[in-house]
Amino acid sequence: MVTHDSGAGHAHQAPTGFLWKYIFSKDHKVIGIQYILLALFSVFLGMALSILMRIHLAWPALKLPFFENGAISPEQYLALLTMHGSIMVFMVLTTAPQSGFGNYFLPIQIGAADMAFPTLNMLSFWTTFVSLCVVTAAFFVPEGAPIGGWTAYPPLSGIGKVAGPGQGPGMTLWIVGVAIFCGASLMGALNFITTVIDLRAKGMSLLRMPLTVWAWFITAILGLLAFGVLLAACILLLLDRSLGTSFFVPVGLVVSDTIINHKGGSPLLWQHLFWFFGHPEVYIAILPGMGVASHLLSTFARKPVFGYRAMVYALCGIGFLGFCVWGHHMFVSGMSPYSAFAFSLLTMSIGVPSAIKTFNWIGTLWDSKIQFTTAMLFALGFVSLFVTGGLSGLFLAQPTIDLYFHDGYFVVAHFHLIMGVAAIFGMFGALFFWFPKMFGKFLNEGLGKIHFWFTFIGVYAIFMPMHWLGLLGINRRYSAFEAYSPSVRAQIAPIQTFITVAAVITIAAQLLFLYNFVWSLWKGKKCAGDNPWNATTLEWSIPTPPPFDNFAGDEPVVYRGAYEFSVPDAPEDYAPQHVAPAELGKYYLDLAADRLKGFTSKVAESRAKLSEKN
Amino acid sequence: MPGATAAGDIEILAVDDGRGGGDVPRAGGDDDGASGGRGASRILSRRYFTGMGLGIVAILMFFMALVSAYIVRKGTGMDWMPVALPPVLFINTAILLASSLTLELARRRLGLGDRSGFQTYWQVTTGLGLLFLAGQLIAWRQLVAAGAYFSSNPASSFFYTFTATHGVHLLGGIVALVVVAARSFDRAKVTRATAAELTSVYWHFMDGLWVFLLALLYLGR
Amino acid sequence: MLRRRACAGSTAVALILSLLLVLLVAITVYLFVAKAYWFPVSITEFGDKVDIQFHRTLIIAGIVFVLSQLGLAYAIFRFRDRGQKAKYVEGNNTMEAVWTIATLVMFVGLGILARSAWADVHFRDPAPGAMKIEVIGQQFQWSFRFPGADGVFGRYKTVEKALAERAHGDQSASPWQLDATDAAGKDDIVLGAGSELVIPVNREVELWIRSQDVTHSFFVRELRLKQDAVPGLLIKVHFTATQTGTYEMPCAELCGLGHYRMHTNLKILPQDQFDKWMAEEVAANAQ
Repeated sequence: MVTHDSGAGHAHQAPTGFLWKYIFSKDHKVIGIQYILLALFSVFLGMALSILMRIHLAWPALKLPFFENGAISPEQYLALLTMHGSIMVFMVLTTAPQSGFGNYFLPIQIGAADMAFPTLNMLSFWTTFVSLCVVTAAFFVPEGAPIGGWTAYPPLSGIGKVAGPGQGPGMTLWIVGVAIFCGASLMGALNFITTVIDLRAKGMSLLRMPLTVWAWFITAILGLLAFGVLLAACILLLLDRSLGTSFFVPVGLVVSDTIINHKGGSPLLWQHLFWFFGHPEVYIAILPGMGVASHLLSTFARKPVFGYRAMVYALCGIGFLGFCVWGHHMFVSGMSPYSAFAFSLLTMSIGVPSAIKTFNWIGTLWDSKIQFTTAMLFALGFVSLFVTGGLSGLFLAQPTIDLYFHDGYFVVAHFHLIMGVAAIFGMFGALFFWFPKMFGKFLNEGLGKIHFWFTFIGVYAIFMPMHWLGLLGINRRYSAFEAYSPSVRAQIAPIQTFITVAAVITIAAQLLFLYNFVWSLWKGKKCAGDNPWNATTLEWSIPTPPPFDNFAGDEPVVYRGAYEFSVPDAPEDYAPQHVAPAELGKYYLDLAADRLKGFTSKVAESRAKLSEKN
Repeated sequence: MPGATAAGDIEILAVDDGRGGGDVPRAGGDDDGASGGRGASRILSRRYFTGMGLGIVAILMFFMALVSAYIVRKGTGMDWMPVALPPVLFINTAILLASSLTLELARRRLGLGDRSGFQTYWQVTTGLGLLFLAGQLIAWRQLVAAGAYFSSNPASSFFYTFTATHGVHLLGGIVALVVVAARSFDRAKVTRATAAELTSVYWHFMDGLWVFLLALLYLGR
Repeated sequence: MLRRRACAGSTAVALILSLLLVLLVAITVYLFVAKAYWFPVSITEFGDKVDIQFHRTLIIAGIVFVLSQLGLAYAIFRFRDRGQKAKYVEGNNTMEAVWTIATLVMFVGLGILARSAWADVHFRDPAPGAMKIEVIGQQFQWSFRFPGADGVFGRYKTVEKALAERAHGDQSASPWQLDATDAAGKDDIVLGAGSELVIPVNREVELWIRSQDVTHSFFVRELRLKQDAVPGLLIKVHFTATQTGTYEMPCAELCGLGHYRMHTNLKILPQDQFDKWMAEEVAANAQ
């Protein structure tokens, strides 16, 4: 890469001073890292909440710190459950894959100097930060966090503290926090889409974009269309709670012997608005993971993505259908049975683009040359989890079968596998892959592999048994099963204990990852070249770590698709996007020369060592 | 030489690839303006128009959610009592439509290089915008006087919600109007004309949105 | 440098990952085939249909699951880096078309097959003689009401009336109490909060599901039936139970801190025993 100083009058100037460089930075790379750190904090918080729930389910008598009498009360259990879901969905699955990695790598991968609107980008992060603070503050108000689940169905969420502990100030904070989050996500989505539309480098046609960029692009479109709806719903719910309107709360409710003073609202209206957002939200969480998986599979299989166009069309198809299927969350809600049938067929057809993606991933691996880096292992794990989690969707998409599984453990297994764990695997893959570019050092591969084995086996051990709990017809969101008959309890107790043990081990393994992350930042193996994985996309054409001005004021030109691996008769098994066809020969010669230089210097080194010894 | 063969192959592939992409290499990136001239600034400002378009889509989704809630809620429950719209709303609407007109006049002045004419019309637009908001407040006062409060019945709840959320969005437009008039564009990334054009897109959208909401509130009572 | 090392370690990693996937498939298939954990027995015709549809779906999902996971395992092991050159393939339109159409036919076909069972409960009205029972959810108990001999449910008090009574000092007044001025309510049999739902076997029952406060959900596993009790709505479902017995009825929609203990039983009695039970309730009601 030729560095070129464009001289005075450059619009893109590096900021000075700690505050502007690292805190209120407008640099998309810094903001990306900020998002990743926010998600990292949130994911460990969310995991801590989940392990408390798991321990309570398996060993309710166990004395726990931070709790009165060492025991988790039913309302505390529900508060843990609500906050676990909210934090994981909003602060982890929406921020890390899209705002975190997307912010850092989308502009670089399309050859842009930054996002389209850097100031908006900074605002978007800090708004998200405020939202996280507001939502978690719900723990610290009188009566604690809300107990209505992350879906916050009214009337439970709409009538204040009379509905139960945590439904007072805690619920209000939750709604306000989520509304703020909507604003942040809208700003981010607008920025992402504009960047992709207007800031692509010369030659970066839509069908040459890496699939990661496609995934971030479609995700941003989903976010732009979905979050406004949730914002509107949150405002109406807040009005119901604070100004006594009756959008969602119906007439004649008697709660705790109090006649609630509302008229004629519709609880189903909230469900429609919420799931119109909520279903696309699922794809907001998983699409970036799909993009990353495609990217990593191709790179480490040294083979072009099988059916690149089909992959792009499938992404668009999933994105479009994602807006037509929200009703499948409402099969038992009392919605019109005719629309339920229509929603069911649309949902079943979403399986088609998902299957296309799966088959193309396996097609990419066929006749390839797989290199088992940790990043690749996570990408392979993603495919396996995506298949397992996706197929249980076939059952839930059919209203007849959903009548049995709805609000049971089968659903818990389904969505954790597909939108929770698979998406997290995508993020782990992304982190192991891009860490050297971001920080100039590798994450430790050995530790990474151990972490992978524990996590891969662990998540299956946690979530597969939940399918069988679902088959037994066990309801979710129960803090205890004491009301069930002894025979049912005897059936489920061993499964619950097994899941909890698996969860404890898996979460312990995540500490290994945290250690790896911190240790590698300080002492990780240095990344010598700019392209350690012999990858093709633009981020590997710039220095490591990237300078403030990604392409040093130069605009890269793109000459080919993103996945030109193992082109026949080429001396190397990859052809970078930014090298002109006429210069490719020279590029390969330079590579060979570099390698020779490295080799001779190594020989000289060892010879010197030998002579020293002698 | 193997390298040469590969280059040849890849070149063919690259051409092949471009076929279906409708691929016109697009200029973009953070152009540093070295090439100068109108073209570069046009490319630079294109993103602002894209962003404005997307922002409008997002705002539209927000209001469509409210509108669909309005339609659904009207169909459920027996407590719907149509709001008698205060007549001042129609005066407000006329004011807002007039402000769109003066905004366009201001932009035409700017295009002709008449800075003081631009400022005059622009400030009239800002004033009309403020007048509209004041008129909306009067409408609220009249409703309250008629005994229709925020939580009286769903129709009045929706009336206040629509006017308030639209008012907040319009207030954003007024802030933009003030900024465009007051700010010096010497060191800005866009020209005053571009900023004025962007503001006008937003303003006309707010105008149209209000007419739509009023039609909904009036015809969909 | 790095490539060398990745290549050297790849056989063990590839083998372990492939074996893990095979193990996953083996355990999953075994647990489903052996029915180690399975649905409780179905006691309605509708339930039998659901079970058939579940089996259909299980077979299709199972085939896709086994093929994909084993295909993945095979590819991982077979194409590990042994110094070979990857094949430059950009895709195959025929294959794309084949699996697109195949999955479309399979998945959507499955959805259409599910229609008949769904139609049974939701598109078809119950037979005219079906026994009506009102099911009311409240935090955190169920209560029930039979319409009595006249087959008509009595009116509830209006909210205004309940509020007026409260203003006059009767703090227990509620819009969920029967309006004494409605004659149809005189013979209604109300089973208060905490009761069990008792129905006769082989007789069509229509449940009128309501909620007093927040959303609850009626669920009996053996009926394969779940229906939210939504405040402000009256939702009807109907079924004919074909087996006697006592079945659990846990609330299936998060309704507050006591959700986990909102639980009662569905008791299905032979007609004669039901009649006897009913006669006792009528007598108790008359006192």
